[in-house]
Amino acid sequence: MKDALGAVQSVLVVGGGSDIGLATVRKLVDRRCRTVVLAGRDREGLEAAAKELRARPEAPVVDVVHFDANDVASHQRFVDEVFDAHPDLDLTLIAFGVLGQQPEAERDAGKALQIVTTNYVGAVSVMIPIANRLREQGHGTLVVLSSVAGERARRSNFVYGSSKAGLDAFSQGLADSLVGSGANVLVVRPGFVRSKMTEGLKPAPMSTTPDGVADAITAGIASGATTVWAPGALRWFMAVLRHLPRVVFRRLPI
Amino acid sequence: MSPDPPDPAADPQPSLLTGWGRTAPTAARLLHPAGDDDIAGTVARTGERGTISRGLGRSYGDAAQNAGGDVLDITGVRGIRRLDLDQGIVTAYAGTSLDELMHRLVPMGWFVPVTPGTRFVTVGGAIAADIHGKNHHYEGSFCNHVISLTLQTASGERLVVGPHDHADAFWATAGGMGLTGVVIDATFRLIPIETSYVRADTERAADLEDLMSRMEAHDDQYRYSVAWIDCLAKGKALGRSVLTRSDHATIAELPGPKQRNPLAFHPRVPFKAPPWAPRGLVNPWSIRAFNEVWFRKAPRDQRGAIHSIASFWPLDLVEGWNRLYGSTGFLQYQFVVPFGEEAAMRHAIERLSSAGAASFLAVLKRFGPSNPAPLSFPAPGWTLALDIPAGSPRLAALLDDLDDVVVEAGGRVYLAKDSRLRPELLPRMYPRLDEWREIRAKLDPDRVFQSDLARRLNL
Ligand SMILES: Cc1cc2nc3c(=O)[nH]c(=O)nc-3n(C[C@H](O)[C@H](O)[C@H](O)COP(=O)(O)OP(=O)(O)OC[C@H]3O[C@@H](n4cnc5c(N)ncnc54)[C@H](O)[C@@H]3O)c2cc1C
Ligand SMILES: NC(=O)c1ccc[n+]([C@@H]2O[C@H](COP(=O)([O-])OP(=O)(O)OC[C@H]3O[C@@H](n4cnc5c(N)ncnc54)[C@H](OP(=O)(O)O)[C@@H]3O)[C@@H](O)[C@H]2O)c1
Repeated sequence: MKDALGAVQSVLVVGGGSDIGLATVRKLVDRRCRTVVLAGRDREGLEAAAKELRARPEAPVVDVVHFDANDVASHQRFVDEVFDAHPDLDLTLIAFGVLGQQPEAERDAGKALQIVTTNYVGAVSVMIPIANRLREQGHGTLVVLSSVAGERARRSNFVYGSSKAGLDAFSQGLADSLVGSGANVLVVRPGFVRSKMTEGLKPAPMSTTPDGVADAITAGIASGATTVWAPGALRWFMAVLRHLPRVVFRRLPI
Repeated sequence: MSPDPPDPAADPQPSLLTGWGRTAPTAARLLHPAGDDDIAGTVARTGERGTISRGLGRSYGDAAQNAGGDVLDITGVRGIRRLDLDQGIVTAYAGTSLDELMHRLVPMGWFVPVTPGTRFVTVGGAIAADIHGKNHHYEGSFCNHVISLTLQTASGERLVVGPHDHADAFWATAGGMGLTGVVIDATFRLIPIETSYVRADTERAADLEDLMSRMEAHDDQYRYSVAWIDCLAKGKALGRSVLTRSDHATIAELPGPKQRNPLAFHPRVPFKAPPWAPRGLVNPWSIRAFNEVWFRKAPRDQRGAIHSIASFWPLDLVEGWNRLYGSTGFLQYQFVVPFGEEAAMRHAIERLSSAGAASFLAVLKRFGPSNPAPLSFPAPGWTLALDIPAGSPRLAALLDDLDDVVVEAGGRVYLAKDSRLRPELLPRMYPRLDEWREIRAKLDPDRVFQSDLARRLNL
């Protein structure tokens, strides 16, 4: 159960190899979290992460479970199996996602669909059964890794951005639908995070680290926030960017 | 024949519930059994996520919550079943509040054996938390006064248990946080009173040592004793406090006009907190100002003052004062450390004061002997209780550190107030936990009774 100060006792990371996801799990384990489920495609990578977590002084119980965001037919069963094995999941982190290659994706529908299918379709498909289980258990927080890229379509990465815009809108609506159920949704909008996903890319201004995002997430859980930005100042920065005239916005080097 | 349509009353929409601190809400089916014969059926129909009793929701944390399951609102099962005015013994339904009992009993010259800092708790809640009052050093906690109680168990059985009959089940229910079954009614002893007034001695103590030595020297001469500490005072003033000790006044002690109606009991709830409060209304500055004013207005040394018994519950003057802490809520930290561990108490107060973990009125008390209940909180020693706003980011680590201090000193925190303890520490704080678990396993082998507290602390 989540305690009065926002510490959780169990977490499911969907996209368990994510740098942001694992940074968050480490902070949770530092506090009360003693049950961790890492779900993803890369069994070996997940096992290595699990081993590292189990070796921590708090010795959490770590499970590794197979999950592929693109295999939507399997999602209901995946959710049922995980929640049956762990009857009270305090926190579920939707951390999977692909950045893709924008130049290719904007000309090759197949490539664009891969991004959209994983980031949006896959997320919708797994979040609905998760939300149902949270309603049943009467509590639980669903943390969704959206992105500032979804706040306004950017010339340089609008395919990815549109997938996050869809995910963000879906998550906000899901949050509203869960009011009164005991469950809640926290939408996280990081800026540029120096993680596996952005390896080799030039950091954008106001970039942050997986650890920085993890801090924003744990603080957001404790305060009961519905949306957090990482870094926090991006909230105001994006509020301005959103209202710039289109011609100006398009020419910005971002 | 077609199946019966679903009965909306039997399957209500989930309700969001919290404790008094308004933290960590969860949703449950809130059921309102109308009378005691309704309870067995409601328990029998419980689903997989179990059920838990709820009184007036005055426990601070998640004791009377059950996410995804049922919560039985017992407050509809109320009233006095039997009253023996010669012996001073009452049998009351578990949903009866102490406030209601006092309104009935005080005018007849009887008082409840133990009262907490609020009158708005139920008899069931008083038993399940084995509550203590300002008279603990003198006559122990609530269940010390209980002669017998009726327990609805998970199997559908109704047991009448007491300190001599099914003593295991009785003591496991005392302080058992609702996890052994539903208390339907209880029979307990009352205190005879001549008046509804107390005769109080009030003195200011300059610091913690001064306070403790005053309490050690003279507490046993008073039935009620409690000190209010200014937890923001630092350095030489650390632990500066106001000590109030009292006893029920006799008619002869009342001033003339009051003698005409010595048992009048009309406590008022004159104020009501607004339905919402801005975040940060309760902040270090408002708290400091409050504590300062309150300390200065207390008499330096006053003997034999006659107060209405309602002065026992200053917080009950404001209905819904818990809302003043805003949407992030608050918690209460209450612990006890054994006599001889005064240094641990001092250390804890130092940590709280230097962290500015602000609180209106922290309360310090000396506990007397404990009773046989394995999960009962009071134990011989010093107890401190203080309210703290939940918003501060450093609070979690501070309280975790204090838990370590408390455990090292052989102390414990109070489950009725807890909302954040590390579960690992529970067996060390309550060394008889396994003994309690064995009795619970007999009474409720399938864990029909479940709560958020029980899940969080693995009770
Ligand atoms: C302002 C304030 C001051 C307080 N001061 C004190 C104090 O001085 N001393 C002290 O000891 N406590 C104090 N308390 C705590 C309070 O006395 C306890 O939490 C008490 O249990 C609350 O009773 P309730 O009826 O509100 O029960 P709830 O908070 O609704 O429930 C508390 C527990 O009792 C169980 N329970 C309730 N009814 C039944 C039943 N019929 N059968 C079985 N289990 C049941 C619940 O399952 C739960 O575990 C204070 C609380 C407040 C808000
Ligand atoms: N990094 C940033 O700048 C940034 C900014 C804003 C938002 N975000 C979002 O934050 C989340 C986490 O990103 P991150 O920075 O931690 O990157 P990351 O380390 O690359 O994590 C992404 C994870 O998603 C998994 N994944 C991808 N496709 C999957 C699929 N079909 N099925 C299951 N898992 C799949 C990857 O696992 P595999 O090993 O199986 O590929 C990887 O573990 C993502 O949603 C991302 O969009 C990131």
